[in-house]
Amino acid sequence: MLDKNGIAKRIAQEVKDGMYVNLGIGIPTLVANYIPEGINVELQSENGILGMGPFPFEGDEDADLINAGKQTITLLKGASIFDSATSFGMIRAQRVNLTILGAMEVSENGDIANWKIPGKMVKGMGGAMDLVASAKNIIVAMQQVNKAGQSKLLSKCELPLTGVKCVKKIVTELGVYEIVPNGGFKLLERAPGISVEQIKNATAGKLIIEGEIKEMSI
Amino acid sequence: MINKVVKNAEEALKDVKSGMTLMVGGFGLCGIPENSIAQLVKMGVNNLTCISNNAGVDDFGLGLLLQTKQIKKMIASYVGENDEFERQMLSGELEVELVPQGTLATRCMMAGYGIPFFPTPAGVGTEVAIGKEVRSITFRGETKDYLIENAFESDFAIVKAWKGDTAGNLIYRQTARNFNLPMAMAGKITIAEVEELVEVGELNPDHIHTPGIFVNRVFKGEKYEKRIEQRTVRKK
Repeated sequence: MLDKNGIAKRIAQEVKDGMYVNLGIGIPTLVANYIPEGINVELQSENGILGMGPFPFEGDEDADLINAGKQTITLLKGASIFDSATSFGMIRAQRVNLTILGAMEVSENGDIANWKIPGKMVKGMGGAMDLVASAKNIIVAMQQVNKAGQSKLLSKCELPLTGVKCVKKIVTELGVYEIVPNGGFKLLERAPGISVEQIKNATAGKLIIEGEIKEMSI
Repeated sequence: MINKVVKNAEEALKDVKSGMTLMVGGFGLCGIPENSIAQLVKMGVNNLTCISNNAGVDDFGLGLLLQTKQIKKMIASYVGENDEFERQMLSGELEVELVPQGTLATRCMMAGYGIPFFPTPAGVGTEVAIGKEVRSITFRGETKDYLIENAFESDFAIVKAWKGDTAGNLIYRQTARNFNLPMAMAGKITIAEVEELVEVGELNPDHIHTPGIFVNRVFKGEKYEKRIEQRTVRKK
């Protein structure tokens, strides 16, 4: 079973040279730590940065320089700063090649829910609705099974949606899945030490298994 | 050059009245108009509708106006950092309209551009689409559904810039540009507070982010706390 860093490590393999990438809050943020040497990408932060760098050294924090998670960060050489409207312009116009975000639920047709639990938690959608509505390539990083043992890969989302038919790929603690055009979670890889049987038991929506499923290498 | 300078926050905000709609710049606590918010608390105007990406934290930013219950309605994209906000929202004391962040920014920008509405795919098929016109549009060879979103109308836009000159030209610093730039263009009256107020001619025209035509009043903020919400660092 993968931990958060394991999920981030596996997703980092999806990041290709020359991509502009938006990383959501939580596990997606960790992906930045595992992008292989020699792969040149630019990280976009929707509050107005291209070319986001690591956290600043102690004492170098700048209140005017934060990422979309409100964390103090740095800029890499060649970075640029812009306003929020321009930022979502580049997202809407599909200049940002890859969006990686977290989810509470994903359905077999690629719907995603990640912004609201009615009556309990309402934090708001932030930029997630804009990102999922426009991005061509969306990868979700999530826990497949919640603390109560319930699957979060469903036939239909129960929580209020963030976007419809938009998720392309999902990486969880148990495996890697692709959403197929006619609906269904196609199992691509198993997490180390996880059996297909375990994955079947942890997937409430339609699971598609074709041939031998290899264990992922991370 | 037309002089936009006012003495202080008190003079800049003197005609803000209860019941008005205010745009307030910033992202999280980054680039918020600290002096203007403090002045609104002091004035005690209430029943305000505030358009801002976030609602501050409990004891800073717009959180200060929530504590004093001066805000009737909040229009924002993300409000996760504020317990008092959550309490007022869940108890029904505070009206909340959650708007996707890109839609929020563009509704400001469109107001500044003088464009009444625009189509966006954000929120199609979600709660955000309820009560809104959905239109199928073919654009760049792809046909999909778009929500029709209106430009915001606000009585005042209150923004914070790094440097401003007496003609109201503004330059922002780092990611404090965020919503300040689109909002500065969007207010019926735009008030800018700046860290440094300089004479005309001192700012390079090539470096101006917001042309002074959009700014009605500019003043030098007394002091800036610039609180950091998430201090994240690495070891040397």
